Amino acid sequence: MAALRCFLRSGKNAVAAGLRREIHQTAPASLQVTVRDALNQAMDEELERDDRVFLLGEEVAQYDGAYKVSRGLWKKYGDKRIIDTPITEMGFAGIAVGSAMAGLRPICEFMTFNFSMQAIDQVINSAAKTYYMSAGLQSVPIVFRGPNGASAGVAAQHSQCFAAWYGHCPGLKVVSPWNSEDARGLLKSAIRDDNPVVFLENELMYGVPFELSEEAQSKDFTVPIGKAKIERQGNHITLVSHSRMVGHCLDAAAVLAKEGIECEVINLRTIRPMDIETIEASVIKTNHLVTVEGGWPQFGVGAEICARIMEGPAFNYLDAPAVRVTGVDIPMPYAKILEDHSVPQIKDIMFSVKKTLNV
Amino acid sequence: MRKMLTIISTVLRGNAGKNGARAVVAARTYADFTQQATFDIKKCDVHKLEEGPPLTSTLTREDGLKYYRTMQTMRRMELKADQLYKQKIIRGFCHLYDGQEACAVGIEAGINLTDHLITAYRAHGYTLTRGGTVREIMAELTGRRGGIAKGKGGSMHMYAKNFYGGNGIVGAQVPLGAGVALACKYQEKNELCVCLYGDGAANQGQIFETYNMASLWKLPCIFICENNKYGMGTSVERAAASTDYYKRGDFIPGLRVDGMDVLCVKEATKFAADFCRSGKGPILMELQTYRYHGHSMSDPGVSYRTREEIQEVRSKSDPISMLKDRMLNNNMASVEELKEIDIEVRKEIEDAAQFATTDPEPPLEDLCNHIFYNEPPMDVRGTNPWSKLKSMS
Repeated sequence: MAALRCFLRSGKNAVAAGLRREIHQTAPASLQVTVRDALNQAMDEELERDDRVFLLGEEVAQYDGAYKVSRGLWKKYGDKRIIDTPITEMGFAGIAVGSAMAGLRPICEFMTFNFSMQAIDQVINSAAKTYYMSAGLQSVPIVFRGPNGASAGVAAQHSQCFAAWYGHCPGLKVVSPWNSEDARGLLKSAIRDDNPVVFLENELMYGVPFELSEEAQSKDFTVPIGKAKIERQGNHITLVSHSRMVGHCLDAAAVLAKEGIECEVINLRTIRPMDIETIEASVIKTNHLVTVEGGWPQFGVGAEICARIMEGPAFNYLDAPAVRVTGVDIPMPYAKILEDHSVPQIKDIMFSVKKTLNV
Repeated sequence: MRKMLTIISTVLRGNAGKNGARAVVAARTYADFTQQATFDIKKCDVHKLEEGPPLTSTLTREDGLKYYRTMQTMRRMELKADQLYKQKIIRGFCHLYDGQEACAVGIEAGINLTDHLITAYRAHGYTLTRGGTVREIMAELTGRRGGIAKGKGGSMHMYAKNFYGGNGIVGAQVPLGAGVALACKYQEKNELCVCLYGDGAANQGQIFETYNMASLWKLPCIFICENNKYGMGTSVERAAASTDYYKRGDFIPGLRVDGMDVLCVKEATKFAADFCRSGKGPILMELQTYRYHGHSMSDPGVSYRTREEIQEVRSKSDPISMLKDRMLNNNMASVEELKEIDIEVRKEIEDAAQFATTDPEPPLEDLCNHIFYNEPPMDVRGTNPWSKLKSMS
């Protein structure tokens, strides 16, 4: 019932919603599901599957989640498993890590990853490094999740992308879903993973609906961590991206296709461990590479991809230097016109593609 | 036989000294020792509590010998570590616990091995009481493959069952401990978590965040501040606006305990454990204790305190001497017996040190292992792009 209610509330394409849980005679077809609902269902299913899984964070319980991602969960699972915390990130992140050390499987929500900076010591020093420091005696099965990167009009302190920061650290897995299938499958994998996983969502993607195949709707559907996906095949150039920018790449590819340029668009899905093999295979085919991300350029995801391409077999197949399309190297401004020009737009991707292809 | 009875009757006639006791003579054993005795212990200051722990503690001969042996082992182990560090066989950080033995041993006496414990970096003593062996601890300090963390953790990162280290970041272990307590409550096994920190850490913000949540959610957590009067080189007066650490939990009830008396610590811990297990939520204990060494091996420990002060504590309040005197004065053990234990302990430490200096270092193949748990083997980038190292789970 909760699922039905939440589908109806999400407006848009809610028609098929009722079919899924309520009627069992008809085989489920593919469904339009928003990223938010995909995340919600993934958590619901994992909470049901394993008693040790629980969710804690600010406003996750009685408020139904600051961005409604945990809507309905508190009503269904109660105080023991869905815990509202005070606004004390360092404290509750540490508590979450400690509970993981002692046998539970927490999902620790940061209202945005900007606030995770207050707790970053617990994520890195207490969670990521412990299995290694203890030489395998102490594992930490925890998921840190929340929206990451730029939103809309939230300005400098609320818009930072942490993919590169967390992607830097051994002992962590870092995941960055784009669409609903990514969100659902990767979150389930993250919760089932016995290691610390940083799960970077995107606020602007929460309300976007995507088709979820029949297979993707199954309770045991997972997307493997560490494997990228080729969203669009192409021969002329490889575009590599993660999170919201994947959509921008696909849009740019659609426009470029009209001009006869066929882009291969790779959705990284996982930042760490990065699936460099998929990128290499693509570059060997297309001979050109452009990375696209929302975060800042220096020491970023794109920088890592370019470095690895240079160090690997794909370098010899490049017909032009690999380049990065990134957010502008400034704190995020507020005014709309400035904000719009602080993140990559479709025209920026197209421009970089054409420059790389020298057309 | 006659002599024994004379001694016993002398004691019964009551000479109440510092360790005055009312001796209870149980059935005579072949050794004719007193099987148990009840001792007066210092009263604990309380905060937000109607009453504190009892004012007496009953000690059996068996327990007394056990505490003595453990404390002596701890003491000798730390002194050996000092020696090895000065010989440069131990490197990096080494924070020694000598002087504070009554805390670790007293706490363990008040809880069960099925309970949980977490502490900061002055952790060798707790690694021992939680089930680690001297061999494994020393080999970890010397960075050998026989170390409790296979040589990969070092002094500050030792782990055992229900013992979560050994934590290097000051104060970070406190939220972790409350998290362990949350798991205890969640899993309904009537277990609790003892969560230790020092007087230096006591001012950390995350500790207050933890007090808040532990209290709100009634977590079965015993917060213990080991107040050894100095946070590194800064005395408590210079670091804390309020040095009443047992009151700093505000809404959390607190006890201030004589941390040099193993019986006092034991009774206080039992009291605190009962409190927690009854579902009343967290409780805070301040153990007033002292460390003989400096903060770490790189700190001589005399630039911010006088040698006289250290000497005074050693002569008047040493935890091992206190227990020894109590047992001897009450005929619970003989001088020879305790000497025998000392010899055995010394041998154990020597053997452990021998192992720790001769065991080989971890194999290079182990370099990249233990990144992830329950994971298929993967490659880790080495120092250069052609170096692909193997990582096993």
